Amino acid sequence: MLDPQIIFAGILNGLLAGGIYVLVAVGLTLIYGVLHIINFAHGSLLMLAMYAVFWLWRLVGVDPYVALPVVTAGAFVFGFVLYRLVIGRFSHGRDENILLITLGLSIVIDNAALLFFGGDTQTIDVPYAGSFVEVGAAFLPLPKLISFGASLLICAVLGLYMAKSDTGKAIRAVAKERQGARLVGIDVDNIFAISYGIGIACLGAAACLLMPSYYVTPSSGHAFVLVAFTIVVLGGMGSFIGAAVGGFIIGITEALGGLLLGEQLGQIGISLIFILILLLKPTGLFGSKA
Amino acid sequence: MKKQINNSVSRRGFVAGTTALAGSLGFPAVLGAQPAAVKVGLIHPVTGFVAYNGQQGRLGGTMAIEDINKAGGIKSMGGAKLEALLGDSQSKVEVGVAEVEKMNEQGVAAYIGCFQSPVTIAATQAAAKYNTPFLVDVAASDVIVNRGLKNTFRLMPGFGVCVDDGIASLGALNKAANNVAKTAVIVHESGEFGTGTAKLLASKLPSIGIEAKEVIAHDNPTRNFDNIALRIRSIAPDVVMMSNYGNEYMLLARTLYQQKVNVAGFYSILGGGFNYKFVKEMPDVSQYMMDVNHWFNPKSEQAQALKKRVEAGGALFTFEVYLGYSAAMLLADSLERAGSADKAKLTDALASSTFKAELMPYGPTKFVNGQNQGARPAVMQSLKGDIEVIAPAEFASAKAVFPKPKL
Repeated sequence: MLDPQIIFAGILNGLLAGGIYVLVAVGLTLIYGVLHIINFAHGSLLMLAMYAVFWLWRLVGVDPYVALPVVTAGAFVFGFVLYRLVIGRFSHGRDENILLITLGLSIVIDNAALLFFGGDTQTIDVPYAGSFVEVGAAFLPLPKLISFGASLLICAVLGLYMAKSDTGKAIRAVAKERQGARLVGIDVDNIFAISYGIGIACLGAAACLLMPSYYVTPSSGHAFVLVAFTIVVLGGMGSFIGAAVGGFIIGITEALGGLLLGEQLGQIGISLIFILILLLKPTGLFGSKA
Repeated sequence: MKKQINNSVSRRGFVAGTTALAGSLGFPAVLGAQPAAVKVGLIHPVTGFVAYNGQQGRLGGTMAIEDINKAGGIKSMGGAKLEALLGDSQSKVEVGVAEVEKMNEQGVAAYIGCFQSPVTIAATQAAAKYNTPFLVDVAASDVIVNRGLKNTFRLMPGFGVCVDDGIASLGALNKAANNVAKTAVIVHESGEFGTGTAKLLASKLPSIGIEAKEVIAHDNPTRNFDNIALRIRSIAPDVVMMSNYGNEYMLLARTLYQQKVNVAGFYSILGGGFNYKFVKEMPDVSQYMMDVNHWFNPKSEQAQALKKRVEAGGALFTFEVYLGYSAAMLLADSLERAGSADKAKLTDALASSTFKAELMPYGPTKFVNGQNQGARPAVMQSLKGDIEVIAPAEFASAKAVFPKPKL
């Protein structure tokens, strides 16, 4: 039987990991909520953002946290332009086309990254990488603690923006009823592009928060997408609050499962939640409020 | 994703020019004297989760083929050039096998590959159907050479020898440190390489007075090693032993450092991420970590020259490079002795090879069941942002620090 202090430390570490999962999942759920498609390029775009953070650090010496506003804004512009020039243009208004285009983009981006950046593992060694905060038996690495706080803050700001701003209201209107939104004068295509841009901006922020404690290779983004998809289903597809709550549930499940059942069997907990939610509440925990 | 490297561009230019000249002089038969190129299939995972290792292996193989051709090709075959067919296993078993089949149709004389043990096991078996020699440049599992396949040859040591040498070296270190280490935790990747290595380690550690308290497997890729670090902290072993691929090795090392896992030593067997890049970019994390792995002979002038060339090209001189290079050189040596690309003759030449692996700290090559008996690993330690060889003694460049100072 494990020491309760170790289990406590595991829960805290699970919460910290969940913070990053939330940010990746919020982007995915926003894109799903508005465009009604799963963005298959999510992992590849996360990887691209991680490379942006890495090269800013390598070439200009910009700390990943300092780079956060730049990379997030850059990711928004990239996502917006990508939607305007590629996804929106070639989808001809059909959701299944968008699905295929994002899948194609994923393949192109992964292989382009391999071509230009090579398959080598790239890491950022910041001076505070080894710093930690001691809470009982738990050593909470400072980069992960910062990631957790920043992730929550970004989600809260995004939630406020969606609730209070005109654009946020327009996004919610398009998500609920795109034809109705068009009738009241909302530029639906522009809202699609903005929503996609915001979804990718979330990845930009996640990349900045991940890099001090993770690594980047052309395939590293995909490690987070499957778990983000589970979170989106658990929380309710298209639900912001669902993604936040789901992220923490999955983070803690993963941590406790790993501690109690071993690292490999511990992953069963995530799959089990996925199956249970599909069986018992297919709309997800907060699906009805989406 | 396959392409052919044409090493005969200048030759073609030369031939084109001389053909015109010969025609004008009335000697049109010059072209007929040119021997056919020997096709060599290089199969590596240049995409997928171990893409970097695959690209490095391909680099070593193609550099060797370039050097062989520049030196005049296979002289006993009238100066026949080697032609590399490049295959990508995509880090997947079925794709690796498909590459073997495709290259067989293209008429390869031999294969070199494949970095991952599961891919290599399947690919060597596929090549055995056609009796085509398969030179394993990197792949650690001993299953590869334990199936009685006559076509399979491995110049490097497998995980059995690496574990044996690693255990012997750890035993000697521990003895010199008054047996400070009594317990260990083994962390390994869950594939054939990591699982096989961990099983051997767990069974052999008691022979040096160390008990394996727990064996922990992890998937590829693993996002987060916090749980494993916490489990290790709760067990409080004296040594943490690892066997994993590059990304996970690096992430695990960083997490153990962040989670303040205090042990007498971190000791990996074939630690995929233990290289110059790791120790230079993460000197604090890597400090005092030890690894039993493939390493070049630091006293070999040829190895030092190749290292300079590789680094001048912007790449790292990792084990995949010099093992890929050595495998291609072994093939060229065997072709030279066989005097033919005939598969049976080439297999016989490989089986009886006494090739001197100039780059490696190996004894004379002698294949038994396809495994080179002279192959051996080295034990390295990261010290002050550099890699030092600490065993075997004749190649050692520094004295080991064990136990490591507490954090």
